[in-house]
Amino acid sequence: MAFLNMLYHVLFFPGIIFLFAVSTFAEYYDRKLYARLQNRVGPPWFQPLADFIKLLGKEEIIPSKADAAMFKLMPIIALTSVITAFFLIPPWSRFTHFSFEGDLIAIVYLLTIPTFTYFLAGWYSTSLYAMIGSARSLFQLFAYEIPLFLGVLAPAVLANTWSINGIMRFYNHHPGYWPLNIIAFVVTLIALQGKLERVPFDIAEAETEIVAGPFTEYSGKLLAFFRLAIDIEMVVGSALLSAVFLPFWLNLSPLLTVIASLIKIFFIITLLCVLRTIVARIKINQMISFCWNYLVPAAFLQILINLVLKEALLK
Amino acid sequence: MTNKVTIPIGPQHPALKEPESFSITLEGENIVHSSVRLGYNHRGIEKAAEQRTYIQDIYLIERVCGICSHSHSTCFIQAVEEIGKFEVPKRALYIRTLIGELERLHSHLLWLGVAGHEIGFDTLLMYTWRDREIVMDLLQMLTGNRVNYGINTIGGVRRDITAEHVKQILKDVDTLEERTKYYIKLGTQEVTLAQRLSGVGTLSHDDAVKLGAVGPTARASSVDRDIRRDDPYASYADVKFNVVTDNHNDVYGRTLVRLGELMVSYSIIRQILDKLPEGPVSVRVPRKIPVGEALSRYEAPRGEDVHYVKANGTDKPERVKLRAPTLANVQAVSKMLEDGHLADVPIVIAAIDPCFSCTDRITVTVNNRASGSSQVMDWEGLRRMGIEHYRKRGIDFRNIKGIK
Repeated sequence: MAFLNMLYHVLFFPGIIFLFAVSTFAEYYDRKLYARLQNRVGPPWFQPLADFIKLLGKEEIIPSKADAAMFKLMPIIALTSVITAFFLIPPWSRFTHFSFEGDLIAIVYLLTIPTFTYFLAGWYSTSLYAMIGSARSLFQLFAYEIPLFLGVLAPAVLANTWSINGIMRFYNHHPGYWPLNIIAFVVTLIALQGKLERVPFDIAEAETEIVAGPFTEYSGKLLAFFRLAIDIEMVVGSALLSAVFLPFWLNLSPLLTVIASLIKIFFIITLLCVLRTIVARIKINQMISFCWNYLVPAAFLQILINLVLKEALLK
Repeated sequence: MTNKVTIPIGPQHPALKEPESFSITLEGENIVHSSVRLGYNHRGIEKAAEQRTYIQDIYLIERVCGICSHSHSTCFIQAVEEIGKFEVPKRALYIRTLIGELERLHSHLLWLGVAGHEIGFDTLLMYTWRDREIVMDLLQMLTGNRVNYGINTIGGVRRDITAEHVKQILKDVDTLEERTKYYIKLGTQEVTLAQRLSGVGTLSHDDAVKLGAVGPTARASSVDRDIRRDDPYASYADVKFNVVTDNHNDVYGRTLVRLGELMVSYSIIRQILDKLPEGPVSVRVPRKIPVGEALSRYEAPRGEDVHYVKANGTDKPERVKLRAPTLANVQAVSKMLEDGHLADVPIVIAAIDPCFSCTDRITVTVNNRASGSSQVMDWEGLRRMGIEHYRKRGIDFRNIKGIK
């Protein structure tokens, strides 16, 4: 019975089927909002689903010089790692089955894997555009990874725990404390935009420069998996942020908890979407200097503040 | 990284709207060398113009470019009218100027959107192209067409404008002026936009003069040159306007010049509509144009457009030569790309507002690459080579009736 229960959670709720539904809807929401902000009509609700199904039916072309095994493996690894990361995040506090001390670190690492798969996918495609794109995607990693990590670390410092469940429990006990992390929230939000490779940080996929970056040679099912992985990454990233930075509305009934979590996730997606609407793509050197000159010091400042607060408030 | 890679931007590439080849040698992200290759879209328009009558040529020449179609047809017609010494009614000249300025509006708005897209700022693209629709609708109202207006004819224009038209234009110009002010504010205050445009694709004043840059590209390097003022045609002598120049010498400067020119165009349109004289819009001209030759210049949205027409007394021109502004500007692109980044390539190319199809008019073929010798072909030789080329691929023109 326990096994069946587990299987239900993995496959249906909050498992793969639910995640697929949420992530395709998130893509629709993101595209529709982007379009409305740009004074366009935007796609119908089923567009991401239709795109996915269409791509599944398309021919797969593998470049003759590419390493076929790596080429095929990379989308699967990307998809697996983001789905695994999702299971570790408890936006619905009662449904976490896989929580452990230190899962915050595990999630950040699991979210790094897709970037490496983009790099390897581009590198093994042996196309010039893909190789430049993959090199850029790795460069970018050095820019946003540290601020992202420091950003999610800050609330954990205040809560004195490495587990997301622990963090949520702490802020549940001290309801007024979560707004203290506002600097870290902004830093992490911007770093997440970099992680998701969206404007202004879509340098690795800059269409007008290097076609589609690491994905230039991808088509058919493999491209569909990559795109799904990116959608899921967006949901997982937003869920991580909402769990760590927006820990409120936790004592509701199970159904309401799920709805509250979804509201928080889509609130963060809204912020990400508005950010990509109002700016232009910056250059890789500008991105690295921006992340190291502004985001990292800001994240350190937040950690310092939290250390002081911890002494002052909790002793 | 010390290894150099050469990446092709084109002939087919998302940054380019037309086939053109830029070969960029990179060291890491930095450009060490770049070269431009033209000739993917040669259409033989000049030769085709020699085989058609002047009236047919108006429509052919108008199709040299989709954006500055009015510029090309006006430039051609001005040359023909000069040869024939035709008196064009004043009202017709005013209408030509009006359409020319509306064309400049939609061309510059289009450019602004393309520039936004090249630097990943799609919101700007959507906004400017939405506003461009207003101009397109005006052009459709005035001429019946959105792109190739077909309003010009030798000796005048083919359609008159009414009082309702004037009212509608003035109303829409007010809307556009307000939106343009917003874009100027955006261009000067948005941080990421300024970061992507400032200091990119620099072309000094001396280089701009030396490489023969024209239009906004030259004016952004403080070259104070505008055919509308220097050699007034149509009714530009009757209106007051400033020539917008800028000393930034970079893509940012080119953006400011184009935005400034939009504001100037609004003022010109208002003055034209205010002073619009009464009278006929065309005169009857003979089909046969007397012997003579003329060179005509026109300030197209992209820069100076030059047409040369030689008439031999028949109803067909003996020679038509045209030089689109992009041909003058494309030389400067290699200079602008020097010491740049790969990320700057699309916007630097876009900043000259290139129109490659208008530029491609190459008639010299390099036959023997190995020995390095080139050969100038005459018309017969070129024709024979074309026929042979297709025969090898299974298409034999000799079987088609009327072709020997």
